[in-house]
Amino acid sequence: MKGRYSAFALLREGVRGHTGWRPAWRSPEPKPRYDAVIVGGGGHGLAAAYYLARNHGITDVAVVEKGWLGGGNTGRNTSTIRSNYFYPESVALYDFSLKLYEGLSRALNYNVMFSQRGVLTVAHSPAEMEIAARTVNAMQLNGTDAELLDREAVLAKAPLLNTADAARFPVFGGTWQGRAGVARHDAVAWGYARAADALGVDIVQGCEVTGFVVENGRCAGVETSRGTIRAGAVGLATAGHSSVMAEKAGFSLPIRSYSLQAMVSEPVKPCLDTVVLYPGTGTYLFQSDKGEIVFGGGIDRTPSYAQRGNPPMQQAVVSGLLEMFPAFGQLKLMRQWAGVVDVVPDSSPIIGPSPLPGLYLDCGWGTGGFKAIPAGGWLLAHLIATGEHHAISRPFDLDRFAAGRLIDEAAGSGIAH
Amino acid sequence: MQLFSCPFCGPRDETEFLFGAEAGKRRPEPAAEVSARAWGEHLHFAGNPKGPAREIWLHLTCGEFFAMERDTVSHAVSATRALRGGGQ
Repeated sequence: MKGRYSAFALLREGVRGHTGWRPAWRSPEPKPRYDAVIVGGGGHGLAAAYYLARNHGITDVAVVEKGWLGGGNTGRNTSTIRSNYFYPESVALYDFSLKLYEGLSRALNYNVMFSQRGVLTVAHSPAEMEIAARTVNAMQLNGTDAELLDREAVLAKAPLLNTADAARFPVFGGTWQGRAGVARHDAVAWGYARAADALGVDIVQGCEVTGFVVENGRCAGVETSRGTIRAGAVGLATAGHSSVMAEKAGFSLPIRSYSLQAMVSEPVKPCLDTVVLYPGTGTYLFQSDKGEIVFGGGIDRTPSYAQRGNPPMQQAVVSGLLEMFPAFGQLKLMRQWAGVVDVVPDSSPIIGPSPLPGLYLDCGWGTGGFKAIPAGGWLLAHLIATGEHHAISRPFDLDRFAAGRLIDEAAGSGIAH
Repeated sequence: MQLFSCPFCGPRDETEFLFGAEAGKRRPEPAAEVSARAWGEHLHFAGNPKGPAREIWLHLTCGEFFAMERDTVSHAVSATRALRGGGQ
């Protein structure tokens, strides 16, 4: 059992020259059988393993990851956490996640650096202000915090915004969710990994799932590059590669994979203390603790499994940034990267049983999976442990596509994922 | 900037093109006998292959649909062809 992190431990190790730290999790060989196996060692998979152990007492669990822990979209996203959605089902889901994030550092004994600096979504015209008012009303009715801001209030929160008369997308006002913010993405994966490991979960990296063991029409484990691992139940949390996994299990999903890119500038002194989104340009940004401007936009136009972005979208995102913040034209672009996101027609996730009994889905988060890590993990753990939906995950079942009961957040809240 | 080759116009910037659907999808018929599940799958589900793919694309500037064979990992295009024997 590893010790808890504390100010005292930090002081002690400082005096001892940091010789007493132990690895935060083990690297065990996979056992031939577990009660539950989670495919995908990103945030969702690690959170599911943690909540299986903590909420349901199921500790005979393995997380299998083909690469390294948190090396997929968990390590590639821009770490924004918010619940500013339109439909009640969505707010119930994302606000549940936001609440879990609010207590996560303490629950995991690991600082995930959740900084509730607020998300500002700018409106560019009187018509957009009416839609903004509708969004704010919907959010308040759904029980989460939201405010409608006028132009002066928006510029007070982000003084560097473009105020030129000739601005292509002028600032008319906006919406504000103050509880939203950003967290350290790696810390979320590492924190869940460490806490799950401490409860007995095996985290197996460098272990690729190549197929599923099916017996009597039921998923009974996974075939991996390190041998067969049998399991009472299997959870799938593989984001952009969910369709590839589904094909191995004999079904398809309403998912298309695209590259989503993000970029950072060189670090500069503090100049922006909120997350800002411009619907006009599709670009959003915040300033990291290191001072870099972290920014991104919409998905590439070409379906893709390449973990790199195409130049046209990069150009559009950078142009958007300069339209919003002309002063940032002085900054040098330091890095650019992409992850493969799983886009669903109604821009809402898929959580629930798969067509193969014994195999459960947590996928389809598109460009917004990071904010939902605690909720996705919690709900997948609930499914695996009980075989039944949690009330929050029920609307997001795969059966909504046959029923036509879509939760169309692209149309509802204008969020492009 | 990647170039895609429209069967009618030749190589053009990727920004001129719009992805349509996977090739080979057929609308289920007759409508009266199509189950909600089959219709939902036709509308929303996709093979979403990793690697070689056959897709229907639209060249926005000339308005023609065509088939494109390409790799979804390397983005290499191996062939584009008109859907009904037209084109170059």
